[in-house]
Amino acid sequence: MSFFDVVFYLFAAITVIASTGVIVARNPVHAALCLVLAFCSGAGIWMLLEAEFLAIALVLVYVGAVMVLFLFVVMMLDINLVQLREGFWRWFPFGAALAGLMVFEMIWVLGSRQTADATIAVVHGADYSNTKELGRLIYTQYVYPFEIAAVILLVAMVAAIALTLRRRAGVKSQNIAEQVKVKKADRLRILSMKSEPKQ
Amino acid sequence: MMEWLEPVKTLLGPAWLPIWTILKIVLIIAPLMGAVAYLTLAERKVIGWMQIRIGPNRVGYFGLLQPLADGLKLFMKEIIIPSGSNKFLFVVAPVLTLMPALAAWAVVPFNAELVLSNANAGLLYILAMTSVGVYGVIIAGWASNSKYAFLGCLRSAAQIVSYEIAMGFALVTVLMAAQSLNLGEIVKGQQGHYGMLNWYFIPLFPMFVVYLISGVAETNRAPFDVAEGESEIVAGFHVEYSGMAFALFFLGEYANMILIGFLTSIMFLGGWLSPVSFLPDSILWMFAKVAFVLFLFLWFRATFPRYRYDQLMRLGWKVFIPVSIIWVVVVGAWMQTSYWLW
Repeated sequence: MSFFDVVFYLFAAITVIASTGVIVARNPVHAALCLVLAFCSGAGIWMLLEAEFLAIALVLVYVGAVMVLFLFVVMMLDINLVQLREGFWRWFPFGAALAGLMVFEMIWVLGSRQTADATIAVVHGADYSNTKELGRLIYTQYVYPFEIAAVILLVAMVAAIALTLRRRAGVKSQNIAEQVKVKKADRLRILSMKSEPKQ
Repeated sequence: MMEWLEPVKTLLGPAWLPIWTILKIVLIIAPLMGAVAYLTLAERKVIGWMQIRIGPNRVGYFGLLQPLADGLKLFMKEIIIPSGSNKFLFVVAPVLTLMPALAAWAVVPFNAELVLSNANAGLLYILAMTSVGVYGVIIAGWASNSKYAFLGCLRSAAQIVSYEIAMGFALVTVLMAAQSLNLGEIVKGQQGHYGMLNWYFIPLFPMFVVYLISGVAETNRAPFDVAEGESEIVAGFHVEYSGMAFALFFLGEYANMILIGFLTSIMFLGGWLSPVSFLPDSILWMFAKVAFVLFLFLWFRATFPRYRYDQLMRLGWKVFIPVSIIWVVVVGAWMQTSYWLW
């Protein structure tokens, strides 16, 4: 077993254990943190395959931003575990069927003829930049699908904000521009008064 | 340059590479820890002078042994674990703050040769590592089982996520100008006959300002230290920590400050390049620039009152993000014309 294999199995084991933790953990915050660990070790596996852009983007976007917001929400929720567990056995067959289907799909894909003789990716030289190659492909060959995906995401983002935006009457807010524009004369009135005589 | 190491290399055989790498890591981390220790002293001295005080001057000559005395004191103190806390996460949180702050140094070049890992995606790696640092704060706040700590951690999480976007866009303009994600290449892109006029802070000036201010916000320093906010939430996320656990948060914060100093000098201030063409490039320029950026950090702290929380969010989302997106477009257009001189 080479060093590469050792590192791979280490990351793979951590990913599997952490992913199990996500569904087994009783505390939702622990589950979210396990998911973070799973993402990190998944990024490690991608790094082994020389897909450094994907690996770093996974850490940057999912670990650094998405999961932070996730934790943010999960920490503030008041979750009643008993209530959550109520429907477990009723939904168990459905969940099990879904899991079985996914396992079947994965075996099907990984065992098919096209992927059967695929070995570890080609090893590139030190000057190979995965980021550059990916960027080149995205902005030349796949430019339209990429732009369309970007526009769809933007629309989804605007829609999410529009859906949650509600205007209530009587909400006070500051107008920063007006605050900055204020001059001394607008707020302050200086009176000159005669001093009172000493008693 | 390294010929005298050859006999050692042959003696150790395959064990040479890991040993040499660990040695290099120690050579980066040990001076960094020293710099962190003396940055705390510098901070107290500089702020003292700015407020017409003397600052620490009792321990050692000019107070030079003060950081050692502080360190010793923190070492001797008991680490108190609150009874209602989540013990594992409570202990892990300070480690999670310090770890990314140190890991980011792997790709930081000190001069043209001195770099631990000359990674092609260095800039992305730095961005990823600094964004992971927020977990220490979040976990510390949650695991402490304290209201103040929890408020601090929520504030910090929201703040860091907001400022990271503007920071990322600032880095996008830098990589557009340098056409590389490699930090060494970014410095080499600023080389030229005109000394400091070739540095990126001139064409990217708005981004330089955005990056510097976001850097202050990312490290939770005053005036963006609402996560600690002594007057509102006592000490924020680390209110329950004591002894070395507290010291690790402190180390992480200062190591991050120094890191931001290095990154600002690498990306905008020409790294190890000399500001005038008749002086040679040297690592000393790098240290001088970092010291300048760190001085700005201390100066900000001594000068500005803390931001109110909603104004802090407004600055991040409504000022910095629009400014940085517009500047990305401006730089992109500018680079297509013949007036782009960098």
